[in-house]
Amino acid sequence: MPQTIAFYDRVDHALHDSSLQTALHRATSRFIGNRASAISALGDADRLRDQARAIRAHALAHLDELLPQLAANVEARGGHVCWASDGEEARQYIIELAHARGVRSIVKSKSMASEEIHLNEALEAAGFEVIETDLGEYIIQLAGETPSHIIAPAIHKTREQVSELFQQHLGMPPTTEVPLMIRTARQALRQRFLQADMGISGVNFGVADSGAIVIVENEGNARLSTTVPRIHVAIMGIERIVARLADLGVMLQVLARSATGQKLSVYTSLISGPARPGEEDGPEEFHLVLLDNGRSQILGGQYAESLLCIRCGACLNACPVYQAIGGHAYGSVYSGPIGAILTPLLQPDLPDAHLLPQASSLCGACQEVCPVRIAIPDMLLRHRADAVKAGKVNPVEKVAIAGYTLTMTHPAIYNAGGKAGRFFSRILARKGHFRRLPPPLHLWTKQRDFPALPPKSFRELWAERKNQRRSSS
Amino acid sequence: MTTGRRRAILFATCIVDQLYPTVGLAAAELLEQQGIDVDVPSDLLCCGQMAFNAGFRDDAYAVAGRTLEVLRGKGDVVMPSGSCAAMIRHLYHELFAHTPFAGMAAELAHRTYELSEYLVDGLGVTDVGARFNGRITYHDACHGLRFLGVGKQARALLSRVQGAEVVPLPGCDQCCGFGGLFAIKQHTISTAMLDRKIEAIASTEADLVVTGDVSCMTQIAGGLSRRNIPTRARHLAEVLANMVDAR
Ligand code: SF4
Repeated sequence: MPQTIAFYDRVDHALHDSSLQTALHRATSRFIGNRASAISALGDADRLRDQARAIRAHALAHLDELLPQLAANVEARGGHVCWASDGEEARQYIIELAHARGVRSIVKSKSMASEEIHLNEALEAAGFEVIETDLGEYIIQLAGETPSHIIAPAIHKTREQVSELFQQHLGMPPTTEVPLMIRTARQALRQRFLQADMGISGVNFGVADSGAIVIVENEGNARLSTTVPRIHVAIMGIERIVARLADLGVMLQVLARSATGQKLSVYTSLISGPARPGEEDGPEEFHLVLLDNGRSQILGGQYAESLLCIRCGACLNACPVYQAIGGHAYGSVYSGPIGAILTPLLQPDLPDAHLLPQASSLCGACQEVCPVRIAIPDMLLRHRADAVKAGKVNPVEKVAIAGYTLTMTHPAIYNAGGKAGRFFSRILARKGHFRRLPPPLHLWTKQRDFPALPPKSFRELWAERKNQRRSSS
Repeated sequence: MTTGRRRAILFATCIVDQLYPTVGLAAAELLEQQGIDVDVPSDLLCCGQMAFNAGFRDDAYAVAGRTLEVLRGKGDVVMPSGSCAAMIRHLYHELFAHTPFAGMAAELAHRTYELSEYLVDGLGVTDVGARFNGRITYHDACHGLRFLGVGKQARALLSRVQGAEVVPLPGCDQCCGFGGLFAIKQHTISTAMLDRKIEAIASTEADLVVTGDVSCMTQIAGGLSRRNIPTRARHLAEVLANMVDAR
């Protein structure tokens, strides 16, 4: 999505895109239903979520010990660690490595961190052939798009649209039968796995005490990407760490149940370095890129809680705004409620970043489903306060709020305002409603009526009632 | 809660005061029925939520600070709005953190209640002698539901309304799209959310859609009447105080 289109235009575009609406509705309702039954099947979901939060909070509080521990354990097993303070350093490390090892073809499994640093573009510009192997990622790569959901990158596409893409790019005969479509993609991808010199993956959890990284998936493509090519590069946001292997019991459960509604993902891979002497499977080289890219700035501040996120995507599915506009309308790498928190922090140069936290009714559905109970609405409110402090405010709104504050701190003005409102209401309202209001309230009455003001306010009626009672007693 | 002859402040909120006086009267009546002396301070205006939600914290501080002063030293505060009660209970903490008002805000949060919560959890009543001949469905307003845990109380109260058939609302906990200034600033998203809510309400063929927040009620009622759907939106208090005509 080009960034030149303003946020509001993207929103309108999304609201009028009927394929998008169909795709979003189908997918988010399925996700919501699956999550709800998987969580209720737990019986004690609340306790598990509390534990998950505690595990993540502990990890963040001890990042300064756990990250070096993870790195030392990875290196002890023959792996390499790159500390990348930003996207540029990460890209450079990977590109230099690929050049040095004579890499030509690269397979990737899903990684939002790689999206965050725009790795694909950089690798392609450096002359490497890059293929996404997660089915959803593969679809959007064919379409030349970016993911619109953390765990379901092609959620915005209907089956019919995917079929067209496959017909066009892979020569598939016309069909919308899912097994056939999957088989087509699998055949196209198989060759790529075998040719690839390097596999790049994301990381769901880095485990400090054992030096392992954990990748969960349902298609087996991550397992292939990390074992078949001779070099494996894993990119991990520095916050995605847990202290102990024993923590995974809780984390994997809440992740799978919150993300897809599964008890566990189909494949859970624990990778701890390259193949050891005598081992047949596994890459010759393993590199772990620890990506900061703004995260250490968030630590300890008023948005620190956002680093607890395990990228399950549940808040996106539950969000009525996301359900209405999808991920691309946000224009950012991370979309939905958690994206609205992270984007102003991780992509501060995005011109519309400050608008994303505005695109919320603060309903709290996100916090309700979040497996680590992140207080997303509170942080949206903090972003709004930051935007006001930074002067990123609509001038009409500024005037409106000034008027509001004056009114609500002066009973005399409040009462006079009420009287004036009731006067205009008597003249302009019809049958108990306003069908049209002057700007900026016309934005309300475009699709909604507004109630006429009653002849008397509650406090006027209350005062009258009190007087009557006094005189009758 | 205080004991003996009970007193409570009815904080009717600015929207009830200006747009829905019957909701205020209904709430007062329900409390008086339970033997509560109801006090409505004449200079009590607004909780400050509009400014706070828009990010104007200095403005919110001025409005809410004044409200803190007005409510200082008074007894229980009852509000016919989950959203405004949540502002006081949940958000004043952050608004007044590290200010001289922090202690007062915490103290106020402890004695502030949403109406249905006060009736059911506080006073232990569910049957308030209400009658309504018709079909009712209930919309969970978000802030009451998610920040105060209100919902079961309203359902308990509605289940005792004589003559009423209470039917479930599909997606009852899905936001109606109001969200304060969001309803205007992001009006296209807001009304897309409203469309879904209206569709669900229409599917119940209810006479009334009842909710505990007048802001959501304004959004829903505005959508219903614009789309000529006969279901009427009413506040829970109006139904409980027999202030809704059968039609
Ligand atoms: S914020 Fe919570 S619900 Fe949203 S993706 Fe992160 S962990 Fe999942």
